[in-house]
This record gives sequence, structure tokens and C-alpha cells, in this order.
Amino acid sequence: MRRHLATLLFAATLAAPIFAQEEASAAEPTVDKIVAEANRVSYYQGRDGRSQVKMVIVDAQGRERVREMTILRRDEPKPGGAEEGAQGKPDDSYAGEQQFYVRFSRPADVDKTTFLVWKKPGEDDDRWLYLPALDLVKRVSSADKRSSFVGSHFFYEDVSGRHIAADAHELVETSKTYYVVESKPKDEGSVEFSSYKMWIHRGSMLVVKVEFRDKQGEVYRTYDALAVEKIQGYQTVTKAKMTDLRTKGHTTVTYSDVAYDLGLPEEIFTERYLRRAPRKWMR
Amino acid sequence: MRAAIALLLAGFAAAQEPELPVGLDEAQEEPQEEVTEEPELPLGLGGEEPGLPAGLGEQEPELPSGLGDDSSETPSLESDDDDEPLIPTPTGFLEARSGVRTQSDPHERRASISEARLHLDFERMYESAVLRLAADLLADGLARTWRPDLETGEGSLDLREANVSLSPHPSMDLKVGRQVLTWGTGDLVFINDMFPKDWVSFFVGRDDEYLKAPSDAVKLGLFSDAANLEVAYTPRFDPDRFITGERLSYYDPALGRTAGRDAIQDPLVPDDWFSDDELALRVSRNVGRYELAAYGYWGRWKSPAGMDPDTGRGTFPRLNTYGASARTQMGGGIANVEVGYYDSRQDPDGDDPLVDNSQIRTLIGFERDLPELTHDLTLGVQYYVEALLDHDDYQRTKPAEIPERDELRHLITTRVTKQFLEQRLRVSLFGYFSPSDDDVYVRTSANYAIDDSWSVMCGVNLFAGDDEHTFFGQFEDNTNVWFGLRFGF
Repeated sequence: MRRHLATLLFAATLAAPIFAQEEASAAEPTVDKIVAEANRVSYYQGRDGRSQVKMVIVDAQGRERVREMTILRRDEPKPGGAEEGAQGKPDDSYAGEQQFYVRFSRPADVDKTTFLVWKKPGEDDDRWLYLPALDLVKRVSSADKRSSFVGSHFFYEDVSGRHIAADAHELVETSKTYYVVESKPKDEGSVEFSSYKMWIHRGSMLVVKVEFRDKQGEVYRTYDALAVEKIQGYQTVTKAKMTDLRTKGHTTVTYSDVAYDLGLPEEIFTERYLRRAPRKWMR
Repeated sequence: MRAAIALLLAGFAAAQEPELPVGLDEAQEEPQEEVTEEPELPLGLGGEEPGLPAGLGEQEPELPSGLGDDSSETPSLESDDDDEPLIPTPTGFLEARSGVRTQSDPHERRASISEARLHLDFERMYESAVLRLAADLLADGLARTWRPDLETGEGSLDLREANVSLSPHPSMDLKVGRQVLTWGTGDLVFINDMFPKDWVSFFVGRDDEYLKAPSDAVKLGLFSDAANLEVAYTPRFDPDRFITGERLSYYDPALGRTAGRDAIQDPLVPDDWFSDDELALRVSRNVGRYELAAYGYWGRWKSPAGMDPDTGRGTFPRLNTYGASARTQMGGGIANVEVGYYDSRQDPDGDDPLVDNSQIRTLIGFERDLPELTHDLTLGVQYYVEALLDHDDYQRTKPAEIPERDELRHLITTRVTKQFLEQRLRVSLFGYFSPSDDDVYVRTSANYAIDDSWSVMCGVNLFAGDDEHTFFGQFEDNTNVWFGLRFGF
């Protein structure tokens, strides 16, 4: 599992100020704006964040495996200084570089194993893996984006965020509660799904449910947000579940001790702190 | 309307208490607020929902608890009271490993490994200092003695780490004591990493982490935007845990044949504090996506590389090394290049047959996941070449009975790692092939995690070669299979 701890980023849920209320009353936004905003709310809220993350992986036989980790996230300030939560940005201009620091504590064989990810929009991420018993800082490939993250039912791309330009999006329904968006990959050969449908909560712009369909059109994989808390003013998913309908397995992830805008220094996200955990910031 | 509210609250209610039957839900407080938030759900959904069968309910997901209920800001978790316990709870594992040679070796026992190991790892923070203690308690069926030898790791105790880490200045890290040190870019090939290795553990099938032997050292790191400087000072020489013949047979050039327990090596290990010392440094900097580093080392050959003419015992002649490396992401994978100049200080001209010559070592590698083929698959390949300098002088002065080394030793390594069964099973193959030495070493292993605590593993260490004196060929009779059982906590 160590080798494949490769990318992680539950940063996703590390962020989320409330989407502008007036948006709802204004004229209906374009689908690209909806998707961009949902993406921003999921992956780019606050300047930085911290969370204690627990994943419970359950297979078809009901056997449980548990992974626990601390995640630190930091957004690289945008050169243009685009304000956080700036309105009227129907593109992904908010999506600058991000850094993630993920230190595992459970199970025992990955205790202190640490991942460092520099996410660069439109390019491959830079990823490092630190193996404490060997004092080894290994740079790892980021090509396999749709493989399991640490044996869970989440893919790396689920947690780090899929590039929104990789898919063509269509607003198929607007209910009182949700924008329902269906997305199809532009490069079908690069992914295992043929489409996915997202239910985006209009009030918060959080993605509440996702259904992935395979090439035969069958739903085979679902994501559900199970709990949301408002933390420091940011609506935050604190519990979510990914289900594999084929294998009947699922993974539930819970986020606790969530905090935003800690002022995490950039230097934490370097090799130095792989070898020496930034305890002060990890609580 | 009521139904809609109940639907909205269902997730929340389910997490807290049994769901109220429909009609009793007025007990829920502040339904009005929900109503204002979601007053016209049926209407809004009307276009699609009313006429459809009941099953359609799942088309519109329930809101998770917390959404649609913006009544309260969740108080920020205040748990400032989680003091560390005085005696930290150790993490670690209990493990048994057993292995045998697949052929008889005239100079060794049949068993290649037979041990139970309790690994305990304590970590404690005092103010800004972190204390770390990691030790293995061993019941080793192949050890000569129970008495611990903290240098070789033989006996009943292998002290892996005992150190304190400090940051005396915001841009400075200090780690003092027994510690494991690693740097460089190679995958199981080392050029500028002159920290001690445990080749015995590596070849008999202990866990990969035991390839690194601990150093008793002071490591200082200075970090800045311009560059990072790391210095490791070892006041008393820490050699590799090299092949002695005790557990693994080897080619003894003095005897002109393979030897083992009949000719256990007892080299002269320099052990004077502060004079037989080692200094290693690395200057590193990231430039764009390239990780660049320069290295220097002032110390000794880490495994015997010379012979004392009077006693015939092995020696560790003085050695300085200088090198550089670069690593980057390329084509979805990781590419690395590393070079090192090994300056054999006690044989500068290469004409002393009792001391190894200087060398230039070069490595280039590439590793990548292959999602195009399948998930959880990593392939890696490296090419390494070791150039013996002053080869003419080496040839001229070498005793005739000692087999000659090639001027260039070529080595190709391949890695294949694949995970199965939701990453419970990891299978790995790492091969070293030398087209110049005509020998191979293939490490194959499988590790199956029964659950988060228990795992079983097995593996093969295969050595083969045309000649009995080459780097891997000499270990041919040590080819072994092993299996293990581990309980982690």
C-alpha cells in the first residue's frame, strides 16, 4: 500500500465558504459556472486547511480496514490576486497551485508514512512519498489517477479533484434544491466511466451525490455526502461515502478537527518536513 | 410538504435517533426554517417527479445532515486538552520469518533466516524536542550469541534509532543519536548514499527497511530558498553490515574459491572516535520541476575494499566521494540521473593491489505507473555502470591468481510492482542483471494483508552467475526462499 499512497488529497473537503446567496436569485448560471463553482467549493476553500481523516473500508464480506491520516492543504496565492470567493468568475481562474501534506498514522505498517503533493492545474502533479523506516524520500509517478487511494473505494482523482476541463458538462435539471449536471469525458479512453451525474446543492454548491455510469450505461459507483458542518463559516463535508456497486464494497470517510485559514507556511510542503513532521500545525 | 421535510431530515434524524414515523415529525423543532429553505420541493420537482414511480425518489438525493439546516455554526472543535501521555504507547510489530536455501551450500547451514522479532517504536515530544527510540528484540536462531552487538545488529537486540530532534533555529534542524539516514535517487542502487547498508538482511529476506543499517551520527540541516545544506557527521566509522561468511557464502579471492563458515571474515574495522570519522554532505535545490543535488563524502569504503598484507584481514581504506543527481517528472513517470566519483585515497594511482581503485559510477533510471495497461502497476528500469579507473595499473599489479574485474561493470535493474485484491496483496519483482558480469539477482516477494494487523509474506532471493567470483554470482549457493507472519500494532 505504501507505494500507492501516492497522491491523495482529501483537500477536497477541506474547504468551502458559502456560495453567494444572491446567485440563486439571479438569472440561472451557465453549467460551466456551476461546475466551476462546485469544484471551487469542494477543493479550494480558504487559504489553507487541516483535517484529521479516517477512512473505513468495507468489503463485500463486511471486513473492515481503517486508514487514519492528517491532511494539511495550502493554496498558492494567485499572482493576479483574485479574491477568494470572487463573484462572477465562470471559469476556473481560482484554481491555482495547491500543496498537500498527508501523514498516515494507521494502520501500523504505514505509521508516519507521508505524502507530499504539489498539484498543478493542467499538468501532472508532483508527488513524493516518505518512508520513515528507510528515511527515504521517493518521488512517485502520478500517471495512475483512477486507481484506488490506499486501498479504499476512492480514487486519487476523487480526492484531488478531476480537472473540470476534462469533461463536457450539461445541466440536465434544476430543482429547488439541486443543480443536476451530467458530465461526459472528452477522452473516453482515459477513464473507466462513460458519464457521471452530479447533484449540486444550490444553497452551498456542495456536491451531494455523484453517480458514475459504465460504458453500458449502468450505474456502478456512487458518491454520497453524508454530513455537512459549517466550520469557520465554510460549509464542509465532514462525512462521505463511496460505494462500488459491482464489488458491493464501500468506503466511508470522516473529517474531524477541521480548521481553515491557519496560515500554514509554504515551507511545510517541502522535503524538510517530510523527514520532520510539522507537529505544531498538525495538532 | 410534510413528506418533503421528513425526507430532508431523514439523514439527520437517522444519525441521531430513530426516525419518527410520518405524522409525528412536528416534534422536530423549527420546521418552518426548513420550509423556507425548501418550500416548493414538490413543485420544483414536479416536472419530473410526480408522475414517476415511487422508486424515483432516489433520483434526487437526500441532503446530508448539515445542509438545508444553516441554523448554527458548528462550534470549532476545541480539544486543546489532548496532552501526550508521559510514557508514549509504542507502535511496532511482532514478526516471525523463516527461510531455507533451495540447494545445499557446502559452507553454510541450510537455514537462511530463522527469527522472531519484536519491533517497538516510541516517540515523545518535550517542548520543541522529539525523542525517538526504535528497537528490535530478536530471537535469532542463526545468531552465534544472544549478547547484543549494537554495531552489527547481531544478538538479541538491534537498536534501530535512539535520537533527539531539535530545531534550534527556524531554518535549522538537528538530529543527534542513532538514526537511519538515506539520500540519493537510485532505487536499490546507491552511489552518493554512503550511509551503512545491511547487505545480509537484504539477501536473506528481511523486510526492505532493514537494508539500511543505523548510523550513530549528528545530522544538521540548514534550509533556505537559495539551497538546502545537510551535513551528517559520524564520529566513529559505521561500516556496512557486510558479508562475513557467517550467514552467506561468498567468493574469497585469497582462497580462490567460495567460502563461508569455514572462513569467516574478520576485517579490521577502524573504530577510533573522532579520527576514524565520516562526514557526508548534500546541497540540494529545486529548480522548476527538477530536484538537483550535489554530494560529498569523506570517510572510508563501507565494505572491505582492501587487505592488510601482514594479517590478510580485510580493511576499509580511506575513500572520498563527490557526486550529483537530478530527478524530475517526465512522461507521467519519474526520471533520475546520478553520478559519483569514488576517490580511493590510499590508492590514488590504482597500482596498489591491496586497495580498490577509484571509480566513476553512473546511474540513469525511469519509473512509471502504467494505467494504460492496468491499475496498481508500477514498472521501473535503471541502467548503472561502474568504471574502474586506472584499469591498466590494476591489471599490471593484480596478483595473477585473482580473477580480473572488467573495466566497466554494467548493471540493469528492473522493477515490477503490482497490487491485487483492493491492494491487500502486493507482488513485487526487482531484478539486477549484469551483462558484463553475466550474473543476476532477482528479488521476488508477495505480501498479503489479512487485515489491518495481520499480514503474511513470502519471497525468493535468486542468485545466478556464470562465474563464482562476480558480484552476484558468488552468492549462487545462497539462493533462498522465505516466508513470514507479522502482527502490527
